[in-house]
Formats: sequence, structure tokens, C-alpha cells
Amino acid sequence: MTLPAGVRERRVRTGGVELCVAELGDPSGPTVVLVHGYPDSKEVWSEVASRLADHFHVVLYDVRGHGRSTAPRPLRGGFTLEKLTDDFLAVADAVSPDRPVHLVGHDWGSVQAWEFTTVRRTEGRIASFTSMSGPSLDHFGHWINKRVRRPTPRRVGQLLGQGAKSWYVYLLQTPVLPELAWRGPLGTYWPRILERLEKVPGGGYPTSSLPTDAAHGVWLYRDNVRTRLRRPRTDAYAHAPVQLITPLGDAFLSENLFDDLEHWVPQLARRTIPARHWVPRSRPDQLAAWISQFVTSVEGGRPDAVKATGKYADRFGGQLVLVTGAGSGIGRATAFAFAEAGARVVAVDRDAEAAVRTAELSRLLGAPEAWAETVDVSDEQAMEKLAEKVAAEYGVVDVLVNNAGIGLSGSFFDTAPKDWKKVLDINLWGVIHGCRLFGKQMADRAQGGHIVNTASAAAYQPSKALPAYSTSKAAVLMLSECLRAELAGQGIGVTAVCPGFVNTNITSTARFAGVDAAEEKRLQKRTARLYGLRNYPPEKVADAILRAVARNEAVVPVTPEARGAHLMSRFTPRVLRAIARLEPPL
Amino acid sequence: MTTAAGELTAELRGFRKVQRLAYECAEAVAAQLKPGVTEREAARMQRTWLRERGVRDWFHLPFAWFGDRTAFVNFRVPLQFFPTDRPLEPGMPFILDMAPLYEGCTADIGYSGSLGVNPVQNRLMDDLEAHRELILREVRERRPLREIYEDVDRLMARQGYANRHRAYPFGVIAHKVDRVPERRWSPHVFGFGTRSLKGLAADALHGHREGWSPLWSPYRFSDHPPQPGLWAVEPHLGFRGTGAKFEEILVVTDSADPEQSAFWLDDDLPHVRRWAEDK
Repeated sequence: MTLPAGVRERRVRTGGVELCVAELGDPSGPTVVLVHGYPDSKEVWSEVASRLADHFHVVLYDVRGHGRSTAPRPLRGGFTLEKLTDDFLAVADAVSPDRPVHLVGHDWGSVQAWEFTTVRRTEGRIASFTSMSGPSLDHFGHWINKRVRRPTPRRVGQLLGQGAKSWYVYLLQTPVLPELAWRGPLGTYWPRILERLEKVPGGGYPTSSLPTDAAHGVWLYRDNVRTRLRRPRTDAYAHAPVQLITPLGDAFLSENLFDDLEHWVPQLARRTIPARHWVPRSRPDQLAAWISQFVTSVEGGRPDAVKATGKYADRFGGQLVLVTGAGSGIGRATAFAFAEAGARVVAVDRDAEAAVRTAELSRLLGAPEAWAETVDVSDEQAMEKLAEKVAAEYGVVDVLVNNAGIGLSGSFFDTAPKDWKKVLDINLWGVIHGCRLFGKQMADRAQGGHIVNTASAAAYQPSKALPAYSTSKAAVLMLSECLRAELAGQGIGVTAVCPGFVNTNITSTARFAGVDAAEEKRLQKRTARLYGLRNYPPEKVADAILRAVARNEAVVPVTPEARGAHLMSRFTPRVLRAIARLEPPL
Repeated sequence: MTTAAGELTAELRGFRKVQRLAYECAEAVAAQLKPGVTEREAARMQRTWLRERGVRDWFHLPFAWFGDRTAFVNFRVPLQFFPTDRPLEPGMPFILDMAPLYEGCTADIGYSGSLGVNPVQNRLMDDLEAHRELILREVRERRPLREIYEDVDRLMARQGYANRHRAYPFGVIAHKVDRVPERRWSPHVFGFGTRSLKGLAADALHGHREGWSPLWSPYRFSDHPPQPGLWAVEPHLGFRGTGAKFEEILVVTDSADPEQSAFWLDDDLPHVRRWAEDK
């Protein structure tokens, strides 16, 4: 059994069945009730429950007919949503008689919990509800009706898409066969199927009761789906705040299912997560964080405490984002964009004052927490220390942005070895250290993540004026592509961003090889002015970075010239080579 | 232009009077703003308030910007500066900008605030203080205006903000203001008073011959030391959908004494008082 030590068990009798209820954590704290789905038992929550137990009174129970709860006799008609609601009320009364509970449901647990949250007789017993991968059957019925009655091409597409994803629901309606399959080969192979297709890590899950759970649970579908979808309730309005967590890679539910949810839920907070269906197993850290945050804000009387306003607030809210070179330019704008989306930000820069400033403004923009760290990314030991500190104090980084970089211009023969060393140390080794240390932490945690490396349009646009810089950025581009291939199996995405000419202070810190100090000053000023005339703001690059992470894109050229050069590098490389020979207008 | 005791000349007192009047107007209108008031209504409130107190002509008609329009988000054509029907919402930042003429003297002021608490706007206002000090210091050093402009840019970048005065016509951070003869008929085109524009055009022509410009811009024509006269200076910070500015008159003279060579016309203005209170 995979539930953590210190778990207290009790039996609750209700409506002819006996439910097995497990409790963790301090009973005087807010009560969080976790309801499992199909084909599961309460053990699906073990990872999440142990993380929540530090702050809350966590309650899990086996739904009737599952795990160590007894099954109703006869099975037919014993699994209606009304009876499941009776069970929930009995459990809630037993574990938290005088305070409403916070509900969390996954899959069929969420389907049930939607029923609990939308019927009148539970009013005052539910403080909040966090739903994942399970719609209300009533909302679902209305969703289908709306699309059948007024079919537009898009609506028909959505209908067909969800219809195809629901294939197993039709199979489960056939008599006897599903039970035979579960008690036979399917029950044996299921753990392997989960690991292969759904990327669910092993470790005591699923439990040995799986064949019986799955065979009994078939009646959840047979007793409810057809009746509810045919005649959905028209008063299925939620009477508690709801947090909806949508896994983007769910093979059984389409995202569009929840499009009209605002109509049914007055206080709705949305979250999205790039993962497959079994998020309680594959992303326990993120779920526990979001549940804690939501429960805490509801307890504090502020269910809409998610004050982040950014476009991707549902995706990055509460995540830990580390940005190097965050003291200025693209790095700073990226830190701000993540802060606006509600992420926790670690701003790393070698300029302490600038990093502190970024962290300060990030908090103003909506980051729940933001820290400044002063580190030179080319310093291996300093980076190792930083990685240790971040892991120990702030947690494992969810999104890493390796952005720190410097410019170096000048012909190949004017570029001295020490100039080469400096550019490669910062632009390439900085990225390597970042990926090596923080990427390792991500991979070890095995709960996904994303790495963004700032390359440059110079990575594919050769130029006689930028040999060292272009070489370093081309290396970053290839490193990103290789790493992307290596980490793809672990749910970690890698993106190379190629901005182009962006108006930042890289121009005034760039080195110009082979000229004296006065001439270098003049050239810096001149480039700064040219970049100023181009005036492409770093904020747009930051937006592109967030979009790239949300969509898991591989290579992202940003400015029009960067995109043009990217296209040309594929189709007309000779033109690029001709451009490479031009003298820059300095 | 000032006496030994620091007293202003009669002419400067006239300018200070109208600048104070304009700031009074801004404070009065800001106090009346409430949720649902639109930019057009706020602009009209400023106009009415000033007309009631004897203003007949304008350098430009009053502007009002709410929400992300304070940072000129997605502004592409100058017509977008004109007030719209966007309503004010709680917590929204706003900017009132007006340039009345009174007894022949021009003022051009900008007043930033927010309806209720807005921590970002608050922070921007605090950070504007450094810009007011930087501009005065460098004008006293007689640095070329274009370089001062670039230093202001650098300070903004260091603070983490974007330069939004760049969105103004010619990207100006400041422009000259002057006396304008009062006439019974004072038409305006595109929100700007024709008599003031005429004065500005005359200055531009004059300056073109002598190598200076009445517009303080990032371009080559501003590559000259500060020209004596009155400059309406308006650094405008933008930070992800929130903008803040002040605008007030900087007096530049040809005095050899640095203290007298440049000074802010009035140190008793809302934003200056706010900084003094915070200390």
C-alpha cells in the first residue's frame, strides 16, 4: 500500500455499503477531501496527499465498490450520482462535522464532485472544489445539445473530436464483456499500458484490487451517463468556488469541453498543465501547490486571489521560473512577463542592483514571490552553488530561461583568443551550466518542465562582422535541439529563441575587437542608435518566449528579419551567404 | 531672470500662475473621477473647469488617458492620443494632460494618478523623481539635449521601464513654450492652438538658421546645448500597460551661475510635494 505512514483509517456505513476512509494531517486544519476516478482507488492520490498533509487535514476514501469499500447489492442502480452524493455527505459528516470541506476530484471523482457541488442539499458543506479531467455530466449534456442544435463547422468538429475521445464509454455500455476483460488480460496488462501510453510512473500503483475496482466501476458509466446526457439538469450551478485544472495532453477529454464553464460557475479559476490524463500520479508537486494555494485563498476569504492578469496566468501561475541575465533587456522583460502570469521568479544577473530591481518590480506585477541572485553564469562553481541554493530554498525550477549573453563584433583575425574565451564562456558555457544543473534537477524530479535558451538570428545568419558571437549562438541553437531530443521522453521541452535586432543594452556592452577604446565607444553609440531606430521592444520577445513555452515550440525566430533569415537559411542559403559579406553600416 | 533674492520676474510669475492653475484643475478633476467616467468626459471636465476660470486659448486641448492607454500601448497614429469612450475602472491608472493659455502665458502640464490603489503606478511616480533631478543637473552642465535625452533613456532602462515619450510627435521629451498674443479668435487644428503652433513654427525656423530646435528630441537636430527660454519637460515612463509622467516648465537662462542657468519654474507641484512627503 502506498499511502504514507501515519495514516488513520476508519469505516463509514451509509446506504447499505461500508466505505474505507483514510485521514492524514492535523484534523484541526481545513479538511481536503480527495475523490478518485475510474479505474482507480484512493491510492491514486498517495503522492498528492502526502504533500498536502503538512498543511491540511487530508481525507481520502474508496468510492463504493472500489478498493476496500464494499459494493452495493445489486450492482445495477447502485452507482447513481444520488447515492454517491449520499456517500460523500456521510464521509464529510464523519470527518468534518462542523466545517465545510474542500473537494478535489480526478476523472470520475471529479464527475461526482461536480454533482456534489451543483446540488442544493450539499450547500454549506463544500468550501471549494478543484476539478481535473472530469466534467459535470449535466454541463456535458448541455455542451452536446448546444452543438447539435446549432452546428457550425467548428462546433461539429468539437463534437466529433470529443466523440472520438470517448470511445471507451461506448465499450463500457456493452454487458459483461468489460468485466471479463478487466478480470482477465486487461487487468494484467493495465499497469504496463499506463506506464507506456500515459507515462504514469510505477511505485505501488495501481493496487492489486484493480480488476475488481474496474469491474464494479463500469456501473458508474452504465448508471449515469445515458440518463444524464439525455436529460441534463438545468439548475447545475456551482455553489462553491471552483478551480479547474485542465491537462492539455488528456487522451479522453478535449479542452473545449470546459469552454462554457463560466456560465455555470460564478467563481472559476482556470489552470492548464502540459500532461496526460493521470496528473495525480505524473504531476503531484504542481497539483499539491495549486490545491494548497486555492484552499488557502478560499479559507482567507479571497477565492479570486489569483491576481495575475497575464495571458498565460492559467499555465504559469505559481510555477518557479529562473531567468539568467534578468538585470536588463530580454531577460528582464521575460522575468516581468512570467511575473505577470503569476509565476514565482528567480532573477539572476551579475549586476546585483539590477537583479534586485527586477525582482522588486516582478513582485509588483503579480509574482507571489521573487528573488534576486547575483551570479556570473560563466563561473562553474558559482552556478553549482546557485543550483543548490535554489533547490534547497525555492524548489525545483519549472521553467529555466538561459538568457545571459554578451555581444562581440570584429573580424576573425582581430578577435583575440581571450575575446573568444569570454564570449564562449558566457554565451555557451553559461547555457551549458544552466542546462546541466537545473535541467538535471528537472529530469530527476520527473514531473516535466521547460528550458528556454536564448540563441540569436546570428545562429543561422552568417556575418563577417560577428564570427565569435555567431559561433557561440549557433552552438546554443544546436545544443537546444539535441537536448530537446534527449529530454522529450521525460516531458521536458527545450526551446531556442532567436530574437534578431532587439532594442536592448547589449549594444552598449558589446565589445568591438581590433579597435581602440574611443572608436569602440563610438561604435557602441552608433549601434545603440541603429537598434534604437529599429526599436523592436524586448517585451515582444518575452511574449514570444511565453508562447513558445506554452506551445512547446523548438526554434522561435522573433523579429520579422529573424524569421525572414530563418526561411532563407532553409530555402535560399546562398542569399544569406551574400548578405554575410556585406559591411555593417557603422 | 530672477533677482538676487530668488524672486521671479513678472513674466515668470505669469507662467507660474497659469501652471499652478492647470495643476489645480488637474487635482480638481482627478478628485471628481469615479468608475464609469470616460476619457472624453474627463477631457471635457478639464476644459470646462479652465474656461470657467478665464482660459480662452490652448497650446493643446486637454487630453485624458486611462488604463493601458497611459502607456500608449499599440499607438500607431497620432489620432490615438485623442480621448476615447474608455471608462475608468477601479485601480486603473490615468493621466491628465492639458496646456492652457492664460493672460498670454502658456502652461503645459501632465498629472498622473490612479483610481484607488495601484502599486505599479505608485512605483512609477516614485521613480520619476530621479528623472527630474537628472534633467536639471545635466541642463545646468550645458550638455547637448540629445545626450541628455539618451541619459534619460538609459536611466529608464536601468529602472526597468520603457520610454513612452518616444510616442509623442517627433519623440520629444520636451518642447519650448512661449508667450502667445491673445486674440478674440483662436482656432485650433487637431487639438493644437494655431497661435501657439505659429509661435513654435517661428521658433523652429529661427532655430534652424542658428542650429537649435524648439523640440527636444532624440534626433540630430537636438544635438545642441540647452537654448535659453521656457521648456515644458515631460518624461513619460511606461511599464507593461501602466504609464506615468509629469510635465512642467524648466526655465533655462544664459546666466553663468549654474544655479541660475536652469531651474524648475515651480517646486510646489503635486508630484514634488509627494516626493517631499515620502522623505
